[in-house]
Amino acid sequence: MNKDEILKRSVYTGTHLLEGNVAMAEGCIAAGCRFFAGYPITPQSEVPEHMAKRLPEVGGVFMQMEDEIASISAVVGATLTGKKAMSSTSGPGFALMQETLSWANLIEMPLVVANVQRVGPGSGVVSLPTHGDITQIKRGGNGEYEVIAIAPNSCQELFDLSIVAFNLAEIWRVPTFILSDAWLGHMREKVVIPEPEEIKKRIVPRPEYIPAENETEGRPQIYTTANKDFTEFNIPAFPPLGSKHFPYWWISLTHSQISGMITETPSVADNTNMTINYKISKNEAKISIVKRYQLDDAEIAIITYGTPSRSALEAVNECRKEGIKVGLLRLVTVWPIAETAIREVAEKVKQIIVPEMNLGQIAEQIERFAFHTDGQRIPVHRVSHTAILHTPKEIIDKIKEIIQ
Amino acid sequence: MSYSAPRGKENITPHPYGTNTQMHKLMGFPFTMFCKGCGYGSIAQAICRVFKEENLQEELFPFIVNIGCYSSMPTVLPGKTFMTLHGRGIAVATGVKMANPKLKPISIHGDGDLLSIGTNHFLHGARRNVDMIVILLNNNIYGMTGGQLAPTTPMGSKTSTTPYRYGEEPIDAVELAKVSGATYIARWNTSTIRDFMKSFKKALHHKGFSFIEIVSQCPTQFGHKNNLPKALDGFNFIKNNSIRINKAKDMSPEELKGKYIIGEHLDIDRPTLWDRKSQIIEKLKD
Ligand SMILES: Cc1ncc(C[n+]2csc(CCOP(=O)(O)OP(=O)(O)O)c2C)c(N)n1
Ligand code: SF4
Ligand SMILES: [Mg+2]
Repeated sequence: MNKDEILKRSVYTGTHLLEGNVAMAEGCIAAGCRFFAGYPITPQSEVPEHMAKRLPEVGGVFMQMEDEIASISAVVGATLTGKKAMSSTSGPGFALMQETLSWANLIEMPLVVANVQRVGPGSGVVSLPTHGDITQIKRGGNGEYEVIAIAPNSCQELFDLSIVAFNLAEIWRVPTFILSDAWLGHMREKVVIPEPEEIKKRIVPRPEYIPAENETEGRPQIYTTANKDFTEFNIPAFPPLGSKHFPYWWISLTHSQISGMITETPSVADNTNMTINYKISKNEAKISIVKRYQLDDAEIAIITYGTPSRSALEAVNECRKEGIKVGLLRLVTVWPIAETAIREVAEKVKQIIVPEMNLGQIAEQIERFAFHTDGQRIPVHRVSHTAILHTPKEIIDKIKEIIQ
Repeated sequence: MSYSAPRGKENITPHPYGTNTQMHKLMGFPFTMFCKGCGYGSIAQAICRVFKEENLQEELFPFIVNIGCYSSMPTVLPGKTFMTLHGRGIAVATGVKMANPKLKPISIHGDGDLLSIGTNHFLHGARRNVDMIVILLNNNIYGMTGGQLAPTTPMGSKTSTTPYRYGEEPIDAVELAKVSGATYIARWNTSTIRDFMKSFKKALHHKGFSFIEIVSQCPTQFGHKNNLPKALDGFNFIKNNSIRINKAKDMSPEELKGKYIIGEHLDIDRPTLWDRKSQIIEKLKD
């Protein structure tokens, strides 16, 4: 098969009625994913099932591994060897992946993991949605690291934003997460998939390692370097395993960002942590994707992400009909937290409402930025519950309650 | 193991295959971080010799190095190495092999690593017959973390976590590899390095999951606690407790208790994981 044939096969062009999990899998394949390793778990099992069918058609490999630890380890191996690779899982499986995800962050691996969230803790409720893993995504592993997480709210977006997730992983060289949930994953909606040529324009390919440009003193420069103030970052391509330029010893211990070698020097270890964290958090404004709706004259802002943003949109429309000045800031990327956009909104409104399918994991973050320019704190109201979808009515009721 | 590398060329013991190591290429001299008398040095040297004799293209035979004292082995290994987490090497290598089937990963494990935390991957790697080599460095102990009980520790040995010599039944990695489906299996020790080299060469040419265990002395952690403080004590203990496979055939299970049966245990052919995956990809092409 030549490249054109593979591209053609990888894009399921047309207008379809697709299940969320399938739309996401199609988005990932269109994005260039050619290796998938996973383990069955409800409510994401349709993802590996679809991958098993589709990946060999495009010359890719599907692996059902022995557990989620093996799955994410194999994804690291495949990514290092030059393939775009991913895994998908749900709550308990995601917890098992944390040690490896922490390592993948340390070594700046551009891989993708989809978490089709279900109710937890423990074995939870397998078929009900919750966004209980939001904090775990970046605080679940050992050490400290920043990730990118993207939260679609429809089957169309599960397709489109999966491509964006793979792109962000490549651009920022960081594990990137697609946040779905039991409800979204099992819902069926219309999905329009454009022609392969159109998709091709959207894809960021794996950057090629060029020795002349990526070497420091004759050694491959495999990690990101930053200037002293961590305002500028050089994120290099890395030589894949199997190539002549692969370093002789790529370690899993804390390394020097410059030499890639083991370090026990506190300042060097500190620099590594700062670099991998600030690479994402200080570039928040460049990475974040948000959608603004009716915010220009809003006195109340709803800030939310994922599934509840659908109910929130409905609530805004209903309130506007009654003349209540409400707007919506939808966080399409949940991590890094969209500080710039949230501050901008907070400065203009009087109150903020955060509907979330957890007990306020992002509301806690928003509270950090909920100030007017004069330093006045503005109230952040939660509409929090787990396992239950938000109805537009309960959000409207909350709005009416707080404007009393 | 010590992380403090020797500080100058004058402190280096001459290493016959030193020029073949990556550290030599990089720093101009080879060094190991192993304790004096550790068996791991001779194993690394044997691996270097095989790489040289076989004239291997190093990037096609990447080492996947797991977590234990051997994590620092890359200083005296010949090729490219990728260090993983404790026990995960075979899972990582499976991803590597499926992403680039031209490569033949060589995963280096300790007994704690392969037979405790990473056992699941061992079973399934063998079952799938991933075309790779697994080398188990069995020193009967958790060396790096301070001499705790390993799943291979002989019954009744003293370790940091069995101060009263309480023991658990040790596991036999060769038997485990057999029932799991490995297609080339051998066990050697540090007194049969030449045999190990032959096996390693065979494994390099074998298509499928090769497993080679090599029993190695650990004077620092196992030896000191078990009246085998010198390198030669441990070396001889292992040597004297090893029995060639053809001899073992005529011995009773009682006689074989606590013995290492060394030799080539299996060499068969079976389609590898990639054989099966590539067949499907080929079939779907038209
Ligand atoms: C998840 C995890 N648990 C524990 C450790 C600590 N640890 C490092 S090496 C090691 C044991 C190594 O034993 P073995 O594999 O036999 O290697 P040896 O040091 O004996 O060569 C342990 C438990 C770790 N690195 N990661
Ligand atoms: S502790 Fe044992 S296995 Fe580890 S380097 Fe020292 S002698 Fe070798
Ligand atoms: Mg050991």
